[in-house]
Amino acid sequence: MKKDIRLEDLSKREKEPLVHLEKKDLMPLPYPFEDPEQEPSFAELSEQIREKYECGLDDTCAVNVPKPGTKEEEDALVAKFLSGLEKLFTKENNWTFLQPLLLSMEHCAKCQTCSEACHIYEASGKNELYRPTFRSEVMRRLYFKHVKHGGLLSAWQHGDIEINWPLIARLIELSYRCNLCRRCAQTCPIGADNGLVAHELRKIFSQEMGIAAKELHETGSMLQLKVGSSTGMNAVVVKDNIEFIDEDMEEKIGIKVETPWDVEGADVLLIHNAGEILAWPENPGAFAVILNAAGIKWTLSSEVAGYDSINYGVWYDDAQFARVAVKHAEAAKKLGVKKIVLGECGHAHKALTVIADRVLTGDLNIPRESSMTLIRDIVMNDRIKLDPGRNDFPVTLHDPCNMVRLMGVVEPQREVIRKICPQFREMTPHGVDNYCCGGGSGFAIMSGNNFPDWRFQVAGRKKMEQILNAFSDCMDPSIPKYLCAPCSNCKGQFRDLLAYYDMWNKHKINYGGLVELIVNAMVDVKPGFIEWEWH
Amino acid sequence: MNILLYVISYFSLLVFLIACVVRAFSYARTPIHLRWELYPVPHEEPKRVGYGGSYYEEAEWWNRPSPRNFLGELKSMAAEILFLKALWEFNRKLWYRSFPFHFGLYILIFTVFIILLYGSLSLIFPDLMTGNVGAGLQFLYQVTGAAGIALSIWGALGLLALRMTDSRMKIYTTPGDIFNLLFFIIAFGTLAAGCLAGVGPSSGMLAFSRGLLSFDTGFETSGLLATGLILTGLLVAYIPLTHMSHFIAKYFTYHNIRWDDAANRRGSKIEAKLAECLAFRPTWSATHIGADGKKTWADIASSIPAQEPKK
Repeated sequence: MKKDIRLEDLSKREKEPLVHLEKKDLMPLPYPFEDPEQEPSFAELSEQIREKYECGLDDTCAVNVPKPGTKEEEDALVAKFLSGLEKLFTKENNWTFLQPLLLSMEHCAKCQTCSEACHIYEASGKNELYRPTFRSEVMRRLYFKHVKHGGLLSAWQHGDIEINWPLIARLIELSYRCNLCRRCAQTCPIGADNGLVAHELRKIFSQEMGIAAKELHETGSMLQLKVGSSTGMNAVVVKDNIEFIDEDMEEKIGIKVETPWDVEGADVLLIHNAGEILAWPENPGAFAVILNAAGIKWTLSSEVAGYDSINYGVWYDDAQFARVAVKHAEAAKKLGVKKIVLGECGHAHKALTVIADRVLTGDLNIPRESSMTLIRDIVMNDRIKLDPGRNDFPVTLHDPCNMVRLMGVVEPQREVIRKICPQFREMTPHGVDNYCCGGGSGFAIMSGNNFPDWRFQVAGRKKMEQILNAFSDCMDPSIPKYLCAPCSNCKGQFRDLLAYYDMWNKHKINYGGLVELIVNAMVDVKPGFIEWEWH
Repeated sequence: MNILLYVISYFSLLVFLIACVVRAFSYARTPIHLRWELYPVPHEEPKRVGYGGSYYEEAEWWNRPSPRNFLGELKSMAAEILFLKALWEFNRKLWYRSFPFHFGLYILIFTVFIILLYGSLSLIFPDLMTGNVGAGLQFLYQVTGAAGIALSIWGALGLLALRMTDSRMKIYTTPGDIFNLLFFIIAFGTLAAGCLAGVGPSSGMLAFSRGLLSFDTGFETSGLLATGLILTGLLVAYIPLTHMSHFIAKYFTYHNIRWDDAANRRGSKIEAKLAECLAFRPTWSATHIGADGKKTWADIASSIPAQEPKK
């Protein structure tokens, strides 16, 4: 049952979580889920987890922050948080986002225009805890009280809140209940950005307190910087895997496929999200087929991080973000390539092309481009022969937030799909007004405890509704359907989301990237590149 | 009393201007930040503005000139500033209250210019103001003043009612928010009542403006109008001290953040600014950052603690 949550509740020393979600409270889904009871059930957190970790926010636990053992430990954590909060508002520590953060802190009118734009808030049945301004308002009150050192007058004007460890522990979790898709910011009349506030909170926790989601930090950016990829693949392993993919592709499509490595002076350094190589090998394979067929002089790099475009730092830590971006640029510099092209990975697009644009200077500022434009030019200039008839099945397109709303790459992928997919249909809304897949900001790779339940039933719910609506005229399982997601993280979310709702077995909804559709339509390769089986 | 009114008026205006400049300056002097734009960006090429595309849709975009669609930006700004387009699109319920409030304020700002023009002309060309020009300005002042006050008060009342009754807004509303709206309603209400109660050619706002510009102590005013003028003066001084100064913030949130898609090119001013920022010395405490107060951002970005052996 929904209960009224207030800002001050975050400071409560209650063992029970503040919010408990029930199926009937969530936003209804269309056919075939009109009856909420048909949906999978939310697994409960074990008593052991609740005892060990801070799980006082809602039904799940994303970060696994250990409970402090003593009052002294609690006080030390509070002091550390306050020290991080203060640093966040200094140019030496946070020049990267100081101006946007200050403006968002000082000018929100609390008009709640942003709330209706938030897929998490809507999907949760408009639960107050997930309102975009809820987390921001807590942060704002802390800012005026502890950074601006406001007294009674400030509390009267801006509101007050008591700081203690329970509040901080809940804020840590709450900063991981936002996909950072910034759809809310798009609607704000003033330009305040609640997505940014969640991002900056994560930064305090990581950069000052050393607290971050394990999947993003320890087995994410740290592993990537150590061995070269967050998948754990070093250069030898990744080359082996690509060789295997080339062989597999050759067998499948009937023409020789060779992926070039470390070619000095190549026109294009292609950087994939290395997750593709392990989870969806047909994607890097398809890239190789297309680029070779189009006569592009391209290469992969075996340098550390040079073969893995992921940059999880963009979601939680500026230092980690900058380190990975520098590694990507150094790989390109070493080979002397003309440009870096990002494979199908939304956050890698945004991170390296847009955000790192103000980190990479001098000879590290190597031109960077989306694969969507390169692929579009190949397809639209007829550099490869295509038969749209091979893609004559219903196709819809998911817009990765990082590539579309946050970078403005909207049309190239559509031009391609319109040309090669006769049954293409848009989702509503789409383009820069799209909804996040629910896996954004790292959620797609976060699978601890029962977090996936929350990720699918709440964060991914709105996208699920969009997918069901896009295919509402062809839900019959005899018709195979293709959800095109040119983003590795989004695909990770769709793989799990569609499986969670059993969409393949019951309705034959499959998913994949853009380049797979292109190779499937290439007349020079054996038909049937897209295999209609679950993967 | 007259002198006090004049002093308060000038003082309020001065505080307003200084506070606005200080606030704008405090944002302007923050360092260049990482890019954080949101599409659509209205100064993109017209063909792309409609759907939110960017220059990244072009292959080898760095070989093309940066988009410069000022008309697109101007159109977008006009729609937002004059008609609160974002609220109209995304929060219609609030727009019905916020639009009259803000548009009323715009009309009142225009009215102030009419009043000051009337005052100036009546001092410089007294004869002119006895004819049609004076009558015309008086009429314009009466119409715009009445419309501006009425719309603003109506909007403020609507906003106040919404803040106190709408469950979405109620729990986020502070006593300061209520006070701000009440301040508008009371100040403008008193001013309107004072103007309506004023009789005779030497009273009212037009006479006040003449007196304000010449420090004429012969200006007659009612207690009600004087109270209205003092409250409005204080309100003017108070606005830029609060979050209601979002008219300043919006310049930065739109031009410097949402629409800031300026690419960093080698040897550019952006690169020079970045070089300054990369020389800052952070003090973040988490061990993986490796900040010791001596290392710069550039040092940290090019170091890899993950590869260093654990001590």
